[in-house]
Amino acid sequence: MTAVTPDVAHADVRKSGRFLFRAAIVFLCAWVLVPIYFLLINTLSSPETVNAFPKSFIPEFDMGSLTFFANFAGMLTALKNSVIVACLTMVLSIAFGAPAGYALSRFDFRGKELFRVLILLTRAFPLPLLALPLAVLFIRTGLDDTLLGLALVHTTLAIPFAVLITFSLFSGIPIELEEAAWTLGCTRFTAFTKVVLPLIAPGIAASAIFAFVISWNEVFAAAVLTIQNRTLPAFLLQSLGTSPLHLKFAGGFILVVPALVFIFAVRKYLFAMWGIANR
Amino acid sequence: MAQIRIKNVAKRFGAYQALHSINLDVADQEFMVLLGASGCGKTTLLRIIAGLETPSEGEVWIGDRRVDHLAPRDRGIAMVFQNYAVFPHLTVFENIAFGLRMAKMDNALVTKRVERTAELMHIEQLLKRYSGELSGGQRQRVAVARALAMEPDVILMDEPLSNLDALLRLEMRAELKGVLAESKTTAIYVTHDQVEAMSLADRISVMHQGRIVQAASPIEVYRNPAARFVASFIGNPPMNFLPATSHGNGQWSVAGQTFNGPATQKPLEFAIRPEDLSPADQGLKATARVVEPLGAHLLVTCDVEGASFRAVLDSDLTVRPGDILTLAPQPDRIRWFDPETTQAVA
Ligand SMILES: Nc1ncnc2c1ncn2[C@@H]1O[C@H](COP(=O)(O)OP(=O)(O)OP(=O)(O)O)[C@@H](O)[C@H]1O
Ligand SMILES: [Mg+2]
Repeated sequence: MTAVTPDVAHADVRKSGRFLFRAAIVFLCAWVLVPIYFLLINTLSSPETVNAFPKSFIPEFDMGSLTFFANFAGMLTALKNSVIVACLTMVLSIAFGAPAGYALSRFDFRGKELFRVLILLTRAFPLPLLALPLAVLFIRTGLDDTLLGLALVHTTLAIPFAVLITFSLFSGIPIELEEAAWTLGCTRFTAFTKVVLPLIAPGIAASAIFAFVISWNEVFAAAVLTIQNRTLPAFLLQSLGTSPLHLKFAGGFILVVPALVFIFAVRKYLFAMWGIANR
Repeated sequence: MAQIRIKNVAKRFGAYQALHSINLDVADQEFMVLLGASGCGKTTLLRIIAGLETPSEGEVWIGDRRVDHLAPRDRGIAMVFQNYAVFPHLTVFENIAFGLRMAKMDNALVTKRVERTAELMHIEQLLKRYSGELSGGQRQRVAVARALAMEPDVILMDEPLSNLDALLRLEMRAELKGVLAESKTTAIYVTHDQVEAMSLADRISVMHQGRIVQAASPIEVYRNPAARFVASFIGNPPMNFLPATSHGNGQWSVAGQTFNGPATQKPLEFAIRPEDLSPADQGLKATARVVEPLGAHLLVTCDVEGASFRAVLDSDLTVRPGDILTLAPQPDRIRWFDPETTQAVA
């Protein structure tokens, strides 16, 4: 008889603990999902519904705002610019970041730890602080208002992540695999292409996509450094400031969705990267 | 011709000296076993020969070429890694074929060679699997097969059978010895299993703390250990040691008994193998402490003047803890060591 009571108490504690845990999960999901859901509803609503109150929770699938954007002058050019800059950023940050990640994981050199910290520290400089000197420098070198110039800035933003992600990828591959390949007739380069590359290809793709997203979402440098060749966020920022509410919603939606999809695709590697950065 | 010559090779990792001035000659087609305790530098030496580690000092020769500056692929070697290093993105077949494909061997030939080597290692039914789907022992056999398939001049094996069960290990051991003898390959084989070393080796190099203490035939290493370390490392159980004092004229007093020994005045250590002792009327007085019947033999751990002393006796004898035995060493099996230099004294 006496043995029963503590058991019941235990079960109670466990049950309420589980309830709290679930409640926290629901709350955090709602925190992220509800705004996105409202964004979706308002994007798919006619201008009248957007401004009306109370809100409906069911979208009415009015494509008016989206169609407007599709036909908006400059919109497609901006989209094209965004894609070009993001792709350039992706290629550049992997081209420079992956070798750095490989070196960090495979070679011992003096100041290696310091170098790793410095890579993270590059993110400590606020872009607004750098924007003015950069703009001056770009105008001098003729890089101002070019997609390449903007891609270079985005690359500096994306490289720390590219280095850290690839560093963790390379570190996950035992050096003995490469060494075995060397003894079986490979050069350093063929061992890399035949053994290392196939093993890390998915991770490299993920880190490339992440660089793409960083560039895609970046608006400050894009707004400061370009005038004619604006990327989508810069273009929307400029145009939407004076637009009616329903168009603001639709513009926001157009910006958010690709980023969300990309991030979702590479979520596994993001967790790995945060683990590394916090170490 | 692929003899290996290692001249004065030393290796330092920062302040730590892993290898001290190693000199070793391995003849063409010889089967050399590197034997030593964990951490004594066996893998390091193997990696230096393979070209995966650069020696801090010294020269490495394979055949009549000096190879220190050559990349691993140019040395005519194949290596079995201690932790297998089986490629996880390739099937067992492609793993074994990897080196052959790098050498641009004809496809039909590759298939034939891979199948034959796989059969040898009893993994022919695993050819389609990936390494993630293999047990440790199977992975190890893939690693060995991958090296064998290359048919190299020199094969370097780092504990290639360590992960197999006793029976399979016995079988693979015989198989390996046969294959390597037939293919005229020079082999360096690392192990810390002395039975394996004894059974495989043409010669054994016993390593201790980054030095080669003795390189000789298995029976020589067993019978005439060149140093106290070898005597205390080889044999199961290893040699017994007792302090000895000289009476002059090559007469030595050991635990109250007199033996013939070297004609020197320095204090020496008397050494005898446990199996070279037998009960007699005259001999060392030993108090039995622990008695372990091992079937074929009786292993008795005793006490001789406070020192631990083991004897392997006939299992027909009845010995109880506390019994006092009189053990006579076989005279021609007694060895002497200088406790200062730890070297054998004849
Ligand atoms: N890259 C390295 N950096 C620093 N020390 C090392 C390195 N590689 C090996 N060592 C040290 O050198 C010594 C010899 O190592 P090695 O791997 O050759 O031993 P081993 O004889 O193969 O041992 P085991 O039987 O356990 O495999 C060890 O003390 C080890 O800690
Ligand atoms: Mg080792």
